[in-house]
Amino acid sequence: MSTNKTNKLSWAILLGGFAFLYLPIFILIVYSFNESRLVTVWAGFSTKWYGELFEDEQMMSAVWMSLKIAFLSASAAVALGTLAAIALVRSGAFKGKTLFTGMITAPLVMPEVITGLSLLLLFVTMSQVLGWPEGRGSLTIWIAHTTFNMAYVAVVVSARLRELDRRLEEAAMDLGANKFQVFIYITLPIVAPALLAGWLLAFTLSLDDLVIASFVSGPGSTTLPMVVFSSVRLGVSPKINALATLLVLAVAMAAFIAWWFMRRNELQRQKEIRSAFSQ
Amino acid sequence: MASSFADDKKNVHLSISQVVKDFDGFKAVNDVSLDIYQGEIFALLGASGCGKSTLLRMLAGFEKPTSGDIILDGQSMLDVPPYERPVNMMFQSYALFPHMTVEQNIAFGLKHDNLSRPAIANKVEEVLNLVRMTEYAKRKPHQLSGGQQQRVALARSLAKEPKLLLLDEPMGALDKKLRTQMQLEIVDILEAVEVTCVMVTHDQEEAMTMASRVGIMDQGVIRQVGEPVDVYEHPNSRMTAEFIGSVNIFEGTLSKDESDHAELICDDLTVAIHASHGVVGSLGMPMAYAVRPEKIQIKRRAPDQPCNWAKGTIKDIAYLGSHSIYHVELANEKIVLVSMANSDRWSEVDDGPRLSWEDEVYVYWADDSGVMLNS
Repeated sequence: MSTNKTNKLSWAILLGGFAFLYLPIFILIVYSFNESRLVTVWAGFSTKWYGELFEDEQMMSAVWMSLKIAFLSASAAVALGTLAAIALVRSGAFKGKTLFTGMITAPLVMPEVITGLSLLLLFVTMSQVLGWPEGRGSLTIWIAHTTFNMAYVAVVVSARLRELDRRLEEAAMDLGANKFQVFIYITLPIVAPALLAGWLLAFTLSLDDLVIASFVSGPGSTTLPMVVFSSVRLGVSPKINALATLLVLAVAMAAFIAWWFMRRNELQRQKEIRSAFSQ
Repeated sequence: MASSFADDKKNVHLSISQVVKDFDGFKAVNDVSLDIYQGEIFALLGASGCGKSTLLRMLAGFEKPTSGDIILDGQSMLDVPPYERPVNMMFQSYALFPHMTVEQNIAFGLKHDNLSRPAIANKVEEVLNLVRMTEYAKRKPHQLSGGQQQRVALARSLAKEPKLLLLDEPMGALDKKLRTQMQLEIVDILEAVEVTCVMVTHDQEEAMTMASRVGIMDQGVIRQVGEPVDVYEHPNSRMTAEFIGSVNIFEGTLSKDESDHAELICDDLTVAIHASHGVVGSLGMPMAYAVRPEKIQIKRRAPDQPCNWAKGTIKDIAYLGSHSIYHVELANEKIVLVSMANSDRWSEVDDGPRLSWEDEVYVYWADDSGVMLNS
């Protein structure tokens, strides 16, 4: 009797929690199919806002800009972050190692406003002193995103590197591979999942970022979050709902596909292990 | 097995000379000199932290000696990086590349030798055949059992036909039953390809089964080198006697020292210890006598010999299947271990009933059963 009660209670809490998380998104999706111009008043089903969204050139160019910056900054962050991780994990003990390891994670906890402001100051000073970068635009957003994304990638990759059995690399060296070949053929393939995870994380973070981008962007380089935020201030257009719905759909699909592939690999792996031991 | 290698072929293949490895003031390897003969399997045996792994890593090239030289086949290895040494190693827990198949693992080393594709494929097949793993060529390491992984690791380290093969704790990752089987199997393979091999282990049984010679290492120094039977029967110090197998040690002072025998007066015993070999030492100096449990006999009646016996009571009997270990306590509480095969135990000991706890017994041994040790 009492277990039944606690069972019901825990179900209620669980449902409450999920409702808290997903109800707003659900409402947002529902209202994206609203006929009315007013976001909060239901006036019948329609898909017209989706049509308008695709005709809104400003919005579409912002989507394109955001995707481009996210892709480029994630790629650059993976390259630089991996190098940083290798340097920190593999350089052995040196003076101030703890300090450097701490410093690489600082951008993770730094308030975005401060990161944004400091980068803005840097870019302004650089363009005054060096003449580069000329003004601010997608280039400066890309650099800014790469900077903080690099820190995330370095943390993810260094965790994986620390787990890597050094004997694998020694074995490769023992078999005739020099240090560079060991890195290409052994280290990189083994840490590849961490690189992918780091890339995806960086991509999403860059896509999400509003604050830092606002600081370092210039005329003609508006990212999606900036467009959304500024248009919301003038009153929410149902177009935003439509856009958000599409984004939720894209993210959900990506998550589902990733889960499906991982599950398939895991099942395959377990099957192979079982067959190996049954012989 | 190849126990008489050292006698017929004294062809030094690897020469370790006065090698020292100093880690910030701690000498992990302290002035080790060692000659390894062509085609032998040499085991470095020691407890963990004795420096054996450091010595092995210096042979592979992962560590550089602080001083001394390593000469392989007439060529100094000091300035040769690991990837250019004609030395391959089978790593502890194998270090198979998880993202490659068995075939790719073995081909990895060959690819760095600039061999043609067909030549690599042939060699891979040849070594897979050697370790009887041909049908698993397309598997990934995680799809193999421990014994299979070990065979692949061995195949990988043999594929490049190294001048020297190193085995780091080769059986460390296997369970006991598989271990015994793999030990002999590996020795057969190594002898078939006639490779010179240095292995490192903390397991004396493994060293004695596999190696033609063993070197006992302790605190960075090699204490004794010899064939397994020599090291076991004639340890040169208490350290080696106690490290290999179990042993009873009697401490005393030297009371007689002739060229063909010596005697020891021991506080633990009422009679003297008589050994049928001479010792280096002077009368009255402290000396220890080591005798293995299986060399001691146990009896109810007093033995008719003037030396080498003691009276005590059985305190414990450890039944180990093939044999039992009797813990016999002497008058002054010293415990003497006696091992007896259980085929003997079940037969009646000198016409009485089977020996049991608290029985009064005599333990005794022959003149040539043990050794006098002065260090």
